[in-house]
Amino acid sequence: MAKIYSDYTLKKIQLNPKKETVYFLLNYSKALRVNYYKSLEFVTLLN
Amino acid sequence: MLKVYVMKRKLIEDAVLVKNYINGDESALSMLIMRHKQKIYSFIYSKVYDRDITEDVFQDTFIKVIRTLKRGKYNEEGKFLPWVMRIAHNLVIDHFRRNKRMPKFDNSGEFSIFSVLSDSSLNAEKTLIKDQVESDVRRIIEELPEDQKKVLMMRMYQDMSFKEISERTGVSINTALGRMRYALINLRKVIEQHNIVLTN
Repeated sequence: MAKIYSDYTLKKIQLNPKKETVYFLLNYSKALRVNYYKSLEFVTLLN
Repeated sequence: MLKVYVMKRKLIEDAVLVKNYINGDESALSMLIMRHKQKIYSFIYSKVYDRDITEDVFQDTFIKVIRTLKRGKYNEEGKFLPWVMRIAHNLVIDHFRRNKRMPKFDNSGEFSIFSVLSDSSLNAEKTLIKDQVESDVRRIIEELPEDQKKVLMMRMYQDMSFKEISERTGVSINTALGRMRYALINLRKVIEQHNIVLTN
């Protein structure tokens, strides 16, 4: 019985996102700027 | 003890990375993504079972993370991963809600008008199943203790409020609520014990 349980835990899904997705996020982060003017907040994406 | 120490150390490192990122160090984000991507991605996949949707939800999760951090709205120091997981979880729920509302189009074959239109009235098979489910539910309710059965019938079948039920049965609202709660617990117990399937 113990063996069955340990087998089951080994079957956990282990997946990774595509490289493109990670690159997109890193580039998105670099391009994102948040500026404040008085009480106003401006979120801009700079290419 | 060692495990706690390692865990604590890792949490502090996350917090430091978050702080550095907020202060403009873009490489800190890269490290955070690399460190947690597998856990978050696998978590999303375990809910949606679709690689493309997982990719979208993962991306949306980190877009939200990035925006929140850059706007200085993050205030959960030392709990970065649970926070990201919660965002991912909420986005998975959003995905399912959206999916439920929007009709699906099957692009694999020829266009069929029936894939867009649905007949709201039940067909013969569905009617039979519905009747069967309702009769099963009624039979299980009959097995409940009398006081619980009375409250459940008044609430579910006669649509009475708990205030009305309490007045009718001569007990307090709290007692009526308690009886309803136990009635539902007992129903669930019977359904689980006998593997009764109540879906149509």
